[in-house]
Amino acid sequence: MSQRKRSKVSGFSQGDDGDEDFNVSQTPTHSQVQRNLERRSQDQVNQKVSELVQFLLVKDQKKIPIKRADILKKVIREYRDVYSEIINRAGRTLQEVFGLQLVEIDTRHHIYILTSNLPRAEGENLRRDNQTAKLGLLIIILSFIFMRGNSAKDGAVWEFLRRLRVQPGERHEVFGDVKKLVTEEFVRQKYLEITPIPLTDPPEFKYQWGPRAAKETSKKDVLRFVAKIQGKDPTFWTSQYTEAEATP
Amino acid sequence: MAAQMTDAHRRFLQVLMSHGIMEGSEARKLHRRCCEIHKVYYAHDKLDDFISTINSHLQPLFMQIRKGMSEGDGRAHYALVNLAETEITKMASDYTENELELFRKAMDLIILSENGFASSTEILNLADQLKTKKMKKKEAEQVLKVFVEDKWLSERNGEYTLHTRCIIEMEQYILSNYQDVARKCNICHSLAIQSQVCESCGIAMHLPCVRKYFRAQTEPRCPQCNDFWSCDIPGTSRMDSQSPSKTGRAEKSFILSPRRC
Repeated sequence: MSQRKRSKVSGFSQGDDGDEDFNVSQTPTHSQVQRNLERRSQDQVNQKVSELVQFLLVKDQKKIPIKRADILKKVIREYRDVYSEIINRAGRTLQEVFGLQLVEIDTRHHIYILTSNLPRAEGENLRRDNQTAKLGLLIIILSFIFMRGNSAKDGAVWEFLRRLRVQPGERHEVFGDVKKLVTEEFVRQKYLEITPIPLTDPPEFKYQWGPRAAKETSKKDVLRFVAKIQGKDPTFWTSQYTEAEATP
Repeated sequence: MAAQMTDAHRRFLQVLMSHGIMEGSEARKLHRRCCEIHKVYYAHDKLDDFISTINSHLQPLFMQIRKGMSEGDGRAHYALVNLAETEITKMASDYTENELELFRKAMDLIILSENGFASSTEILNLADQLKTKKMKKKEAEQVLKVFVEDKWLSERNGEYTLHTRCIIEMEQYILSNYQDVARKCNICHSLAIQSQVCESCGIAMHLPCVRKYFRAQTEPRCPQCNDFWSCDIPGTSRMDSQSPSKTGRAEKSFILSPRRC
């Protein structure tokens, strides 16, 4: 297999298991892992690597963020002593074969997602079922948040959606329960972050981009999308334009 | 040493995975697009080579892009399958125990049926007999919808059958676990869920295979026992509209190399 891209999988440093709910057997050092590795047969380790790759791919299909605790419990099991090696090899395989990268989006709780390493292609449509429609709604919400200065109150977001005839209380033909889709599914998939605003009564919430949103799209793309809809040039929004150009 | 993978291969794989399954012409279009985007060598008739490069890299992971035929219209489809342990529990670690049990029961009904279909009523009646955890009918209805969305089942007028993707992925599992009841098509030798069965000798044929096989015959006779084929030949009118010389040739090569069905 290709020797290229041998760099270590991002997000998988092994020294930060401080507040781990699942103990990775006292985080063995590199040489310990090597010694442990010699005790295992190559076939067994390879088997674990491919199981892990499949596990990650299945979870990713549903856009479910993957917890390290689940990886350990469901896949690694009695192979904890060589955990770091298995996860590194799985990450390398995902890059080399699938063009996907394992990214740790939450370093405190060790939560991972897969993102594509390939450049975004113009007009690319990865899915054509109602998933696409959901992503359409998502991009509208992400645009709204970005144009509002990267944060918007829940009231404003829903007022905006209401004007697009997407009502939180009604069952939408394509989106089903919209409230649930936006406040639960998008949040669980890490596209959106919704946090309560302190000292508000009735409670108000702040909507921001989640870590997956930043990985799968960019401020530049979102601004381009807004500009296209409004029939203007992206430079029309000076501060957003400067910000978008400055963000990779 | 297998050919190197390029980003074109990786993109093809990513899109195929997100679709679950792709029809042949869609896959050919995607092949072209991927090669264009990444500016790598493209030849329109080399899709299978392109895929076998991907497969050589998937092999150590016990995965494979496999080609199969839709039992409805006979068109080729491609799907990424898991070779390691293709049993239902592995189908996706994403379903709950009782959802998997419901799927298993639905699959029993479909495979044991005459024509490869089970009605929604039949399946929903099983919902409160699940051993793992009973399901309300409403819940089961939702679960069936998810199975259809996830392309494990397909539905037509309230009748369910196995989706082409499911057949491609689980063919071996079904053949070994339903040994006495699962039928193989006499023409293409693949698993046949929706099929016609010879009344005399009991051999089965896929509907598209039936269509192709009998196209050139004045009187349909069973390829095995030569008895009169009593089932209705499906879609004969559609076939008439096609250019005769072309279909004639396709027919011949089909018979000469039945495995390519």
